[in-house]
Amino acid sequence: MDMNRRQVLKTSGGATFLALLAAAGWIPSAYADAPGWSKAEFDTHTMDATLAALGAGKPVTSSDVAFFSTPDIAENGAVVPIGVTSKLPNAESIAILVEKNPFTLAALFDLPAGTEPTISTRVKMRETSNVYALVKAGGKYFMTSKEIKVTLGGCGG
Amino acid sequence: MRSIHRLTLIVGAAAIAVATLAGPVVAQTTLENASAKYRQDLSEGNPADLWVARGQEMWKVPRGPKKVSFESCDLGLGPGVVKGAYAQLPRWFADAGRVMDLETRLVWCMVNQQGYTHAEATKQTFGNGSRHRSDLEALTAYVAKESDGVKMNVSLADPHVREMYDVGKKAFFYHAGTHDFACATCHAEDNVRIRLQYLPNLTKPEGAQKAYTTWPAYRVAQGETRTFQWRLNDCFRQQRFPDLIYGSDLSIALTTYLAASANGAVYVGPGIKL
Amino acid sequence: MADPMKIRANLVGDSTEVKVLMSHEMDTGLVKDKSGKIIPAWWIQTVKVTHNDKVVLTAQWGTAVSKNPFMSFKFKGGAKGDKVTITWVDNHNDSRTDTAVIA
Repeated sequence: MDMNRRQVLKTSGGATFLALLAAAGWIPSAYADAPGWSKAEFDTHTMDATLAALGAGKPVTSSDVAFFSTPDIAENGAVVPIGVTSKLPNAESIAILVEKNPFTLAALFDLPAGTEPTISTRVKMRETSNVYALVKAGGKYFMTSKEIKVTLGGCGG
Repeated sequence: MRSIHRLTLIVGAAAIAVATLAGPVVAQTTLENASAKYRQDLSEGNPADLWVARGQEMWKVPRGPKKVSFESCDLGLGPGVVKGAYAQLPRWFADAGRVMDLETRLVWCMVNQQGYTHAEATKQTFGNGSRHRSDLEALTAYVAKESDGVKMNVSLADPHVREMYDVGKKAFFYHAGTHDFACATCHAEDNVRIRLQYLPNLTKPEGAQKAYTTWPAYRVAQGETRTFQWRLNDCFRQQRFPDLIYGSDLSIALTTYLAASANGAVYVGPGIKL
Repeated sequence: MADPMKIRANLVGDSTEVKVLMSHEMDTGLVKDKSGKIIPAWWIQTVKVTHNDKVVLTAQWGTAVSKNPFMSFKFKGGAKGDKVTITWVDNHNDSRTDTAVIA
């Protein structure tokens, strides 16, 4: 997959451009996406584009998807705790989307059978934004959202 | 750091918007509750543990030109003893002829036992990302963690320590600099705050206890684990004072005053702070 | 060479709760350094968690995951003494694998 991408870039002259960037220190020369990382899904900048890339279509708003340990106001956008849980049977994946971030998709978790549909992590938020929890369960997509205000931290005690 | 300034500008606007909307006291309380919840949500996994783990590894490894590990370093309870050591520092060290806090003592061991020069030992007192990491921050986090659950007990019985305490207290209230600031300007009253963040009243036991027993701490804004020397250093910067020299008598005096003011409280660090 | 992860795996009822901290810059590629040069994006892209060789979680991350990432989740089963192994891979193709024992 990754090799293919590189070969495409090479034949289209892209490799030269990348090499120039690397030489200028703009990108590390060792840059290579990790196997299994879906560039098409993460390289999206709007809710619509991200949902389309994920194949989620128009998700159903569901009260069976909920946030936990997730603040209403984050004093520092560098670290915003996000917890997502779902009561839907046969959950297959959980995604966290931040509408106003430069890249909408923050994280995507695939849940094999036996793993509970409850995940928590921490994300960066550029500004106050709606945050979406998207759950795929039984082949369908469900979503809930919450606005998190991002303010400024002080100097700390 | 680098990311913060930009972020600060952007989120600063949001903060003003929120504050403007808030206005009345009721809304302000809502903000404070929200702020408390944010801190609560953050408390589950503290990245300071990564520094603790690195410091713990480093402790046992022979270091420096003399290939000596910190297991020979006496923090006051015997060579290599770390359990509960932080809760009793600063203290008088006869071998060095000085009152020392933990960080100063670690530097002393690096110089006098491991064979580093003072310049080498203090080259990176505060880290900056994974490319410029500070061994001292990791070591300090580890030793401090070994006092987690231990009551603060800084003895002022030794006259040298007592003197440092007195000097530290004086320094705390001493006005100086272009802005006529003192530590006491921000830290000697209740309910003083910067934006949503309350500043501890360090002249009261409960204020000093809550503050001192949670340093070192992972600073969310910086993505770094910071020590008490850093805390003092940054307060000096904010007061527009000259740089506080790492391990200087003034830094140790202030640390002695604040650490002893926290006596009786259980040490619970390293903490996590914004 | 990346630092070890800090992994805690605890039996809670009939599930195993896994909490992990990773040491990583998670640079977004959108920030400039002091000299005005863009700091290239450098971040963990995939995470895989196995319990006794069975995959219990795979994750893909964007640059929005915070520096020194934290993650927690639960899976059914697991017994005290079982191994939980976590591997991350970043966009430099640097990786790190660590194992914890369920307590």
